Amino acid sequence: MRGDPEAHHLVAPSSLDGVLSLLAREPGEWTPIAGGTELMVAYAAGRLNSKKLVNLWGLRDLRFVASCSESISIGAGSTFRDLRADSTLSKEFPLLAKAASWIGSIANQSRATLGGNLVNGSPAADSSPALLVYDAEVELISLRGKRRLPYSEFHTGYKRNVLAADELLYSVHLPKRFSQHRQYLRKVGTRRAMAISKTALSACALLEQGVVREIRLAAASVAPFPTRLCRTEEAICSQAIGPETMRAARAAVLAEVAPIDDIRSTAEYRRAVTANLLQEFLTTLLSGSENR
Amino acid sequence: MSTAWPSIEFRVNGDQKSVSVPPMKRLLDVLREDLRLTGTKEGCGEGECGSCSVRIDGELVNSCMVPVLQAQGSCIETVEGLSANGEMHPLQKAFLACGGAQCGICTPGMLMAATHLLAKIPSPNIAEIREGLAGNLCRCTGFIRIFDSVVASIADSSSTSVRQAGNAR
Repeated sequence: MRGDPEAHHLVAPSSLDGVLSLLAREPGEWTPIAGGTELMVAYAAGRLNSKKLVNLWGLRDLRFVASCSESISIGAGSTFRDLRADSTLSKEFPLLAKAASWIGSIANQSRATLGGNLVNGSPAADSSPALLVYDAEVELISLRGKRRLPYSEFHTGYKRNVLAADELLYSVHLPKRFSQHRQYLRKVGTRRAMAISKTALSACALLEQGVVREIRLAAASVAPFPTRLCRTEEAICSQAIGPETMRAARAAVLAEVAPIDDIRSTAEYRRAVTANLLQEFLTTLLSGSENR
Repeated sequence: MSTAWPSIEFRVNGDQKSVSVPPMKRLLDVLREDLRLTGTKEGCGEGECGSCSVRIDGELVNSCMVPVLQAQGSCIETVEGLSANGEMHPLQKAFLACGGAQCGICTPGMLMAATHLLAKIPSPNIAEIREGLAGNLCRCTGFIRIFDSVVASIADSSSTSVRQAGNAR
């Protein structure tokens, strides 16, 4: 069944305040739509349940990349093309720029927004692993005001998050303190372009004389939502990189991830490949080779 | 239900247009049904195949994923805008010469993605061509002839008109 345009309302307040007022007046009634790369798929297939949609596309207050000495702030309405085009972001947060470059096609990147990727909350979300290892914070907004929390606390379950019915994701903040970290991001999908990940691993680590002083790991498609791998981090932190740490790290990550069988892959494949990606990252630490 | 839909205005290939349609109607359907610009094709209808590619304000988009209300006030370029004065665009000539078009369903989208690529990168290398067209699927050519077509259009002596068309925002 096709989507019926007459069965859905779409309104376009001219300002962010206008959107927030509408959400406050009728909380839970309106579904925000930005670039439409997720909702319009459901709509075309006739399975978009939301009958009332409120437009976010084109709202200037949501589309910015602002850099200061300590952090960079990205408006939730920024597209992945915006992220790829920002030279500061590409330099300071290369993993996020890399993730942006393999989200769908050029035509998808010109419309898909960072906020949409996070609020949609797919377990396979491409931007999430990078944000998690960069200790991103998210800022939420409603007529009641703004609040900030770690991105790692944003998702609460499969396609569930902490947003209240009258709230929007406003921005994402990244602290600029990873320039000395060794960084890694690799996605494994069916093909290089346009593929949804079977698994993806992101990592950053700080080494001191061969010992891991700090490490952050995050993965997609191995849990109900994109997630930090804290127990695996613990198995590696304060250790020298060597065969013993590699073995412990593999065992830890195999125990920590909880992937499923679905149309794209199997749980078994995802577990094995995620462990291989981790080993690949740790091997780069050992050899001192460049970022992938 | 007979509703008077508010009018939505935008430019298509330089011409001012006004349509009164439901705001959730897809831009693809408005182009094809309301404006009778049937060059833009529907393939998958879910942003995977690129057949419906058009440019909006200089950005390549899948018109199947754009509620027409979001096109309010914008400048849209479709495949119909490529030729000028009865003369094919150099990309169109190259697709013909190199066998870049076979059944033709993907061709308008390929042409728009290639137009967009050349607007951003006037002399792309093969990796850039592959990335620029990665969102456009073809089930006939195996893609190589399409890549060859884009390369040939750059080599074409009339490539200045490629750049002119690409720069039209």
